Amino acid sequence: MTDSFSDLGAADPTTEPFWQACAEHRLTVQRCTACGNSQLYPRPFCLACESDALGWVEASGGGIIYSLTTVRLPVIDELKPPYYLALVDLDEGPRLLTNIVSDKASIGDRVGVEWRARDGLPPLPVFRTT
Amino acid sequence: MQPPAGRRRDGLPLMAHILSQSPVYIVGAAETPLGKVPDENEFSMVAKAAREALGEAGLKLRDVDALFTNYMGEEGSVQLGEYLGIRPRYAESSDMGGASFEFFVHHAMLAVASGRCEVALIGYASRQRSRKNRKRAAAALDGSLSAQFEVPFGIHFPIGHYALSAARYMHQYGATPEHLAEIAVAARTWAELNPKAWIRAPLSIDEVMASPLLCDPLRKLDCCLVTDGGGAIVVARKDRARDAAKTPVRILGAGESHVQWHVSQCPDLTVTPGVASGRDAFGMAGIKPADVDVFEPYDNFTHAVLLYLEDLGFCGKGEAGAFVAEGRLRPGGSLPSMTSGGGLSYCHPGALGILLLIEAVRQVRGEAGARQVPGAEIAVAHGTGGLAFSTASTVVLARD
Repeated sequence: MTDSFSDLGAADPTTEPFWQACAEHRLTVQRCTACGNSQLYPRPFCLACESDALGWVEASGGGIIYSLTTVRLPVIDELKPPYYLALVDLDEGPRLLTNIVSDKASIGDRVGVEWRARDGLPPLPVFRTT
Repeated sequence: MQPPAGRRRDGLPLMAHILSQSPVYIVGAAETPLGKVPDENEFSMVAKAAREALGEAGLKLRDVDALFTNYMGEEGSVQLGEYLGIRPRYAESSDMGGASFEFFVHHAMLAVASGRCEVALIGYASRQRSRKNRKRAAAALDGSLSAQFEVPFGIHFPIGHYALSAARYMHQYGATPEHLAEIAVAARTWAELNPKAWIRAPLSIDEVMASPLLCDPLRKLDCCLVTDGGGAIVVARKDRARDAAKTPVRILGAGESHVQWHVSQCPDLTVTPGVASGRDAFGMAGIKPADVDVFEPYDNFTHAVLLYLEDLGFCGKGEAGAFVAEGRLRPGGSLPSMTSGGGLSYCHPGALGILLLIEAVRQVRGEAGARQVPGAEIAVAHGTGGLAFSTASTVVLARD
């Protein structure tokens, strides 16, 4: 395990496994072995059946764009507008807020995960149309 | 003890019988100075509005025994209570975003009806325009879930959240930019009639659609104003306001709910918690959407009003675009809405909800001047708050 991202304010003790997996370019979701429900962000138990039988499984990295906007205002220093901001429904079920890094994208498009490096912080899962 | 008059769909006893035995009223309502307020602070603004609202009911600050506020700093009701010299027996500073004040009317109504307090003051003011403290993004690297899962992707708070809702809604139901623009134009046609409105110049659909895109599909003129402002509302029984100079307005019903904070956790961005708040408020009031004479929706973004119209049952799901065409919400239309000019053209002091209630009171009293809806007897204030319809609260007001 690398250094704790929680110590940097980029994770917390419950999300540390998610971001540690991202550091290895693995996109993971919490999966309940009792009922099969997948969830993100992580909770201490399954929200569907309240079982403690949760583990982390690797997602396929595929998904579908649920919604999409082009941000044309400056928001954070790391991203120069315009850029795509999207909600992606992962094939495993959970929905992620993310960026689409393709030149053209639309709601309903299939996408696959890529990784955006961050200096000293875990890479971010972003998506490209496939 | 009489048994409950009936049971709601979800099994809770109806509150209507409590209110029929012990009706509760808004007995005073007043705006703070609006627009740009360089010569006051937030507390002095609320103090003056509180004195005016209490004065409408023939009451004084010393009569207040319940206090409700939001966005007035840490432990806001404590700070406001100190400033006004109020030591309440019932107090709340819940943060339900801009809809907090509809939530507060709901809670104050129940507290007054059940005898926990007699005179409830709801107050709020903001100088977000003068202070230029509207933030674009949540804090980075504070270990919060927003810092982990939202901020690094550059989501604008809150335009980005609402844009994701608008884009999905338009994709799913075929609403057009013209439909969104009609909301901005309807609000402006009302603002033209309101001397207190921030912007009163006539506006066309083409002008809205020619304004710059901020977060697609939302353009500058799809987004509400950033102004200073606020107000005060007094809730009490009618007999507590027997020296009232202004007509008390009866609270017929109220409801509330909330869904998500982080936009990824909302299962359907085309539906708001207004479905639940509207169901409860209309159910308690015993009214149908067709009974509503004036609608005061929280028009923070144009497409928001389309969603509320559907969620409160004024039209079917996905039908609001066609519903608002032909000026139905404008002066002279069949559902006069945003009659002050709304957050889009009158005032948006960070939290519009209190001003929706004040305008609804004025319409039901018949004192709205050039923008008065003739014969208005039932008005609905519908608040939303947070990030892409996090919260909702609906209040039904009526002439006694």
